[in-house]
Amino acid sequence: MNASLELGPIFRTLLRNKMGALLIALQIAVTMTIVVNAIFIIDEREALMARVSGVDEADSFYVNSNGFASDFDNPNTIQEDLRQIRALPSVRNVTTINAIPISGGGWSMSLQTEAGEGKDDVATAVYMVDHHGLEALDVQLLAGQNFTEQELRYRDGSEEGWPQNIIITQALANDLFPDTAIDEVIGKTTYINNDEPMQIIGVIDALQAPWIGWEQLENTMLSPEYFAFNNSTTYFVRAQDGMRDQAMRAVEEYLAQRANERLVRGMESFENVRNESYGFHAAMIKILTIVMATLVLITGMGIVGLASFNVNKRKKQIGTRRALGATQWQIVRYFMLENFMITSIGVLTGAALSIGLNILLVNFFELNRISWYYIPIGMLCLWVLGQLAVLGPAKKAANIPPAMATRTV
Amino acid sequence: MMSYYLRLAFISMRRNPVLSSLMVLAIALGIGACMTTITVNYLMSNNPIKHKSDVLFHVQLDNWGPFEAAVDPNDPPYQLTWTDATNLQQAQQGIRQAAMAKSGGVVEPADPNIKPFQAGYRLTYSDFFSMFDVPFLYGSAWDKQADENARHLVVLTKEINETLFGGKNSVGQSVTLSGEVFTIVGVIAEWHPIPKFYDLNNDDFGRPSELFIPLQLKRTMKLPSWGNVNCWKSPDEEGFEGFLNSECVNFQFWVELDNPAERSDYALFLDNYVNSQKELGRFPRPLNNRLNNVQQWLEYNEVVADDAQIMMWLSLMFLAVCLLNTIGLMLSKFMGKSSEIGLRRAVGATKGDLFIQHTVETACIGVAGGLLGLGFSFFGLQGLRALYGEFAHKLTSLDMNMAILAVVIALVSTILAGLYPTWRACSIAPASQLKSQ
Repeated sequence: MNASLELGPIFRTLLRNKMGALLIALQIAVTMTIVVNAIFIIDEREALMARVSGVDEADSFYVNSNGFASDFDNPNTIQEDLRQIRALPSVRNVTTINAIPISGGGWSMSLQTEAGEGKDDVATAVYMVDHHGLEALDVQLLAGQNFTEQELRYRDGSEEGWPQNIIITQALANDLFPDTAIDEVIGKTTYINNDEPMQIIGVIDALQAPWIGWEQLENTMLSPEYFAFNNSTTYFVRAQDGMRDQAMRAVEEYLAQRANERLVRGMESFENVRNESYGFHAAMIKILTIVMATLVLITGMGIVGLASFNVNKRKKQIGTRRALGATQWQIVRYFMLENFMITSIGVLTGAALSIGLNILLVNFFELNRISWYYIPIGMLCLWVLGQLAVLGPAKKAANIPPAMATRTV
Repeated sequence: MMSYYLRLAFISMRRNPVLSSLMVLAIALGIGACMTTITVNYLMSNNPIKHKSDVLFHVQLDNWGPFEAAVDPNDPPYQLTWTDATNLQQAQQGIRQAAMAKSGGVVEPADPNIKPFQAGYRLTYSDFFSMFDVPFLYGSAWDKQADENARHLVVLTKEINETLFGGKNSVGQSVTLSGEVFTIVGVIAEWHPIPKFYDLNNDDFGRPSELFIPLQLKRTMKLPSWGNVNCWKSPDEEGFEGFLNSECVNFQFWVELDNPAERSDYALFLDNYVNSQKELGRFPRPLNNRLNNVQQWLEYNEVVADDAQIMMWLSLMFLAVCLLNTIGLMLSKFMGKSSEIGLRRAVGATKGDLFIQHTVETACIGVAGGLLGLGFSFFGLQGLRALYGEFAHKLTSLDMNMAILAVVIALVSTILAGLYPTWRACSIAPASQLKSQ
C-alpha cells in the first residue's frame, strides 16, 4: 500500500475526533510561537553579549582609593601609587580613570565640528586617563600619537574647561567626520561645550562607553587628566597575562599600607564588571532556555499521552489490520503520518502566531523584527518533536498481535 | 454526596496514575511559571505609598537648552538644579515639601574598633520624614531650624545603627561623616519602599541611603553629587559654587498637596516661578512644568522592566500550553470512561450529576496542580534571586495574596479547561455504551 493512499483514510479518521486533534495542533502552535520568539530573543541577547569592550578583560581590574584624612595629599599620593603599582612584577600597566567601561556609570559629553550653539553634535563617553592609559586599557593607536606626561593635569572638580588634546575612537571619528580617512582626522579640531576647541591627536581602534544600552556605545574620547574628585581616585590596572589574581592581591596589599588615611574599596575584576552589566541578559537567556526546555517536554509528553491513549482505544482495529496483512511498519507509518498531519496544522498556525507575537513584542517592547528563517527552522523542529514523541506509542501499536482482532475486550 | 464524588475522583485519578500526574504536573509547571513572573511584575509595579499616592507630587521644571529637549520628544529633565530645588523649598508653597539629592562619603565611627566605611547620604529637609511617613525607632527628624542653619544632625537607618551602635538607642551620640562631626537625632525603623519612588534616577529597587542629613550641608561641606547629573551646558563659573549655580540637574523635589485646589494653586505658583526666572535669563524653553503624583511618576518612569513583562506574557502563554495539554489529556481520559459513564446514566444518574462529578474531578486536579505550582513558583523565585542577585532580593518574596492567587488561578483555569471534556462526557448516551461491549 502506498503511503499517499493512506492519507485519505487517516484524515477521515482524524475528522471523527476533531477536537482531540485540534487541541494537540493548537498546543503545538502555541509551543512553536513561544519557542521561536524565545530563541530569537536569546540570539539577540547573545549578540549583545558578544560585543567586545576593547579592554583586556581577562587581565584587568580596578580599585578605588578614597582619602579621608584631613591632610590627605592626593596629587602626590596618585603619583606615588602609580609608580609603585607600575613597579609590581605582576602588573603590566595602570592608569587613573574616571569611569570603568561597560560598568554602567560614567561621564558623557557632546562634541561638534563647528563652534556655536545649536550646531549638530555627537555624543561621546569621556575617559580621563594618563599617558599610560592606552596600554592599561589595551587600545591600539591607529593614527596619531599618545599623550605626553607634560600635558596631564590634575582634575579635582574646581577647574574650568577641557585639556587641549584628545584621543578618540575610530567610531567617534567616523561620526564626527564621515567619509574622512583616519589619518586626515588627526589634527582636526572639535568643540566641547559648544565653543571650547580641542584637537584630535590620536585615533584608537575600539573602546566601549560605560553604558551597554547606549546607542553611541562605541563613541569614546580620552582626555589627559588625573581624575580625583573629593580625594577619590580609581586605578584601572592591567596585569601581566594570566596574573590578574596575583596583581589584585599585590595592589591591595600595597594600598592597604595607608589604611589610616584612606579607604580602599571596590576592588573588582573586569570579568565581574561584565557579568554584572550583562547579568540581566544572561539571566534572561537562562530563563528562556529553561522555559523552552520545559515547554517542549510538556508538549512532547502531551503527544505521547494522547497517542498512547489512541493506540489503546484502537487495539482491536490495529489487530484487524495486522490480521489482514498490514506489516508492522505500516502500523507505525499510520501513526507517524497521523501525527505529521496534526503537527502540520499546528506549525502552520504556529508560523502565523509567531510572527504575530513578534509584531506585538516589536510594538510594545521595542524588540527587533524577527528574521524570516526562524520560522521554517521552528516548524522543522516541531515536526521532528512530533515524530519523535509519537514513535514510542506507534511502536507499541505495531507490536499488537494480529490475534487481537479475534478477542473481545 | 460531595464526599462520594471526591472518592470517585480519587479512584479515577488512581486508575491512570501516569495520565493524572501528567495533568497535575503540567498545571503545576504552568502555574509555577506564571506565579513567578506575576510576582516579580506585581512587586515592580507596587505603589509603595498607596495611602498618600494622590497627595504627594514630584516636580519637574524645564530648564533645558533652547535647541534640544531634555527627554524626547519634549519632556523636561527628570531632576532639578540646586537653584530651583532650594528656591522651591524656601517658597514653602505646599503643606510639606522636601528637596533632596544623593551623596555619600566616609563614615568614621566614634568607636575605634569599628573600621571607617563608605556610605550613601540622602541630603534632604525635615519634611521628608513626615511627608513619606517614615517610621522612627528612636528619636525623630531634625527641626526646621536645623534645615536653615545646615546643622550637623543625622538620622540613621536601622542597619547603620546596628553597625555603629549594635542597635542601641544612639540618639545624642556622634559620628564623623566626610570628616565632620554629626549628632544623631533619630534612627528610623525598617523602611524599604519598593520601588524607591522618591528617587527613581538611581537604582529603582535599591536600598535607601543609609544616612539622612540636611540638604544645605551640600553647600557648606561641598558634598559630592552621587547619582545622575545632567547638564545641557557647562557651568558659567568655576568650582563647587559654579556647579551649584549651574543648569546641571541632580536634585529631586517632592511636595504634599492635599486637594485639587491646592494642586492647581501650586501649578500656578510654578508657572509664576519659572516666568520670574525667565526674566533673569534662565529657562529658554517654553513653560513645561510637570506635577506628577506617586502613581503617575512611577508610570512615567516605566519602572517595570521590559524583560519582566516579556517573561510574564511568555509565561501566560506557557500556562495556555499547559492547559491545552490538560484539556487534551482530560478529554482522552473521560472518553476512556465512556462505558462507565453510560452505566451510571443507565442506572439513573442525571446529566447534572455527571457534570458535578467530573467537575469535582477536574477541580481536584486543579487544586493539586495549584499547590504543586505554588511550590514550583517558590523555587522559581529562588532561582530568579540566584540569577539576578541583590537587585531581585526585594522583588522575589511570595506573599499571602500571591499564594491565594496561585491556587485560585489553577482552580479556575483547570475547571474552565475541564468544561469541554466534562460536557462531552455528560452527553454520552447511556444506550450506546451499554450495547456495544
